Amino acid sequence: MSSADTGAVTGTETGSATGTDTGAPTGAATRSWTVRFRSWLTRAVPEGQWLPDRQPAYVRSWVYVFGVVTLAAFLVVLLSGLVLAVGGAAWWHVSRVGHFVNSTHLWSVQLFFFCMVIHLWGKFFMAAWRGKRALTWITGTVAFVGSIGTAFTGYLSQSNFDSQWISTQAKDGLNSIGVGAYFNVLNPGQMLLWHVMLLPLVVGILVVLHIVLVRRHGVVPPFDAEPPAPIHGVEAPDDGPAAAQASQVPGAQVPPLPAQQSAAAERSEVAR
Amino acid sequence: MWVLLSSPGAVLPRAARYVHWGVVQISLTNLLIIAAMLAVFVLALLLPFPADRKSERRERSGVQR
Amino acid sequence: MSTATRRDRTPDSHLFPTRPYDLVREFVIAAITMVVLTVALAAVFSSPDEHAITLSAWAKAAPADVVATATAELAGTTTSAGYGAPYNTAAEGQKLGPLALQKWAGVRIPVDSANDLVISPLRQAAAGDPTLTNALATWTSAPVAQQASWAGDYSDALTKAPDGDPAKVAAGSYGPVPQLAASYLSLARTGALQSELTSGAFYPTDQTKPLLLLADGAYLEDQARAEHLGGDQWGMMNETGNYPGQPWMWLYTFWYQIPPFSTSSNADALVWGVMAVLTLGLILLPFIPGLRALPRHLGVHKLIWRASR
Repeated sequence: MSSADTGAVTGTETGSATGTDTGAPTGAATRSWTVRFRSWLTRAVPEGQWLPDRQPAYVRSWVYVFGVVTLAAFLVVLLSGLVLAVGGAAWWHVSRVGHFVNSTHLWSVQLFFFCMVIHLWGKFFMAAWRGKRALTWITGTVAFVGSIGTAFTGYLSQSNFDSQWISTQAKDGLNSIGVGAYFNVLNPGQMLLWHVMLLPLVVGILVVLHIVLVRRHGVVPPFDAEPPAPIHGVEAPDDGPAAAQASQVPGAQVPPLPAQQSAAAERSEVAR
Repeated sequence: MWVLLSSPGAVLPRAARYVHWGVVQISLTNLLIIAAMLAVFVLALLLPFPADRKSERRERSGVQR
Repeated sequence: MSTATRRDRTPDSHLFPTRPYDLVREFVIAAITMVVLTVALAAVFSSPDEHAITLSAWAKAAPADVVATATAELAGTTTSAGYGAPYNTAAEGQKLGPLALQKWAGVRIPVDSANDLVISPLRQAAAGDPTLTNALATWTSAPVAQQASWAGDYSDALTKAPDGDPAKVAAGSYGPVPQLAASYLSLARTGALQSELTSGAFYPTDQTKPLLLLADGAYLEDQARAEHLGGDQWGMMNETGNYPGQPWMWLYTFWYQIPPFSTSSNADALVWGVMAVLTLGLILLPFIPGLRALPRHLGVHKLIWRASR
């Protein structure tokens, strides 16, 4: 976690520098909740890693774009849902425009799942949970499951034949494990609120956490890849090791390829 | 345009088509979507990713961005 | 510290050589692509919207089914009447091994099918209708065994009648049940039943009772099966017409099609149990020895991280 450590140092420095605004001496900064919260935030994702304009050279495949594409599709889902909400729950049944907005909501959801599942496949085949990225994987998969629940409550909120059939069928599954007693799929008022408020909030928070974790840890390196040995005598600039590497290796080449020796593979097999 | 295009069933016929394969029964639409997902995934694996060669070349020749 | 290092040798990604990558441009292009695709798909394919089946439409389209359902509610033989938690205590409910989760959750949405779905709406409609008032009085004053016998016999007679037509039912001792069922049908036909089942609420947001009633009948399921939406037709994945459904439900749907789930009376609890385990497995994949090593052996990563030039 050298990057996070570097960030921590930077954070503390920033903290004491801005601390002078309040006239507080550097020593008092540690007692200030504001400064501590700020340095915690900075440690979570060091400056320069939020929106880096460089990526490791091994990030060179179309598979990588599906994370960002899924995020874009998610925002289209939210946007079409927001427009659909403007006219109220029954608007889309009686208005051509409303029906069209409903169609965009349906198809954006199909696209969202389409891209999310490809993203999931890609990250599985990369074993993208390696290198302390387990929480990134967990937030991603929980967001996937949460999205399924959100889509399901959407079907129940349509107030049409679909909702009638799906709710009367789904009640048996939920009742069989005791959930139906609290989460009543036969109550469209409850389902609509879960669909437009509670579940999107949960999925939204998970998506934000997921992205913060991705940015904090960076993109998982290939199996068995070793970073090039640091060049002595070159001082790392303030904005972290990534930038340091960039200045050392200006025209970054193809990443160091995985060592294919079976010994190395076995070693890290045990390691993981 | 919306009036014309957004009428339900304008393009998709009412009677749905299903594919039966042993215990599996799947609508043609769902099957096409899953096939498209697999195709897009395979293409994403196989197609070369376009590198930003201009700025990489600039960096190699030491030009500041 | 050294243990952690030994356990996970994946190096920090920030130590690798980098190259320019425009994340914001990638996002903007992705967003525009998604908006264009969404609008195009919506414009070309639209979305399904089959009207909800009102109780009045049900009564007009399948009057015999309404009569049969009302009678079965009185006889206590419908799905909802014998359901168990969370509606009543008529059954133990499903179990996941030794875990009686359904029962333990309790009767939190009480529904007494005969009284709540049939008798109570009829009572609200009885004012000014002496025939119905008398029928209700006869029903209410009869012992439970007598009620069950009247309704059960009439239910059987309806099944035997051609097309289930109440007019063609063989004569028998059905007490006030034929009158109650006939009044119920007219009540449903007028549309008044709908609001009476939601307790006459001005803002009815809870449709538990109308939906349980509709599901107790055969009409709703007949319509759904015609659209290939039945549980044993992989219906959970499907949508009306040729529209895409929820393809992501394929695994959940799959279990219902094969034994032991397809033949078990605990199918729902078992499938939910299996899916809970599998979902946990997916979420906790990074910690499952063997499975977490799978991607390395599958070798797809060699395509992703091949030297592209």
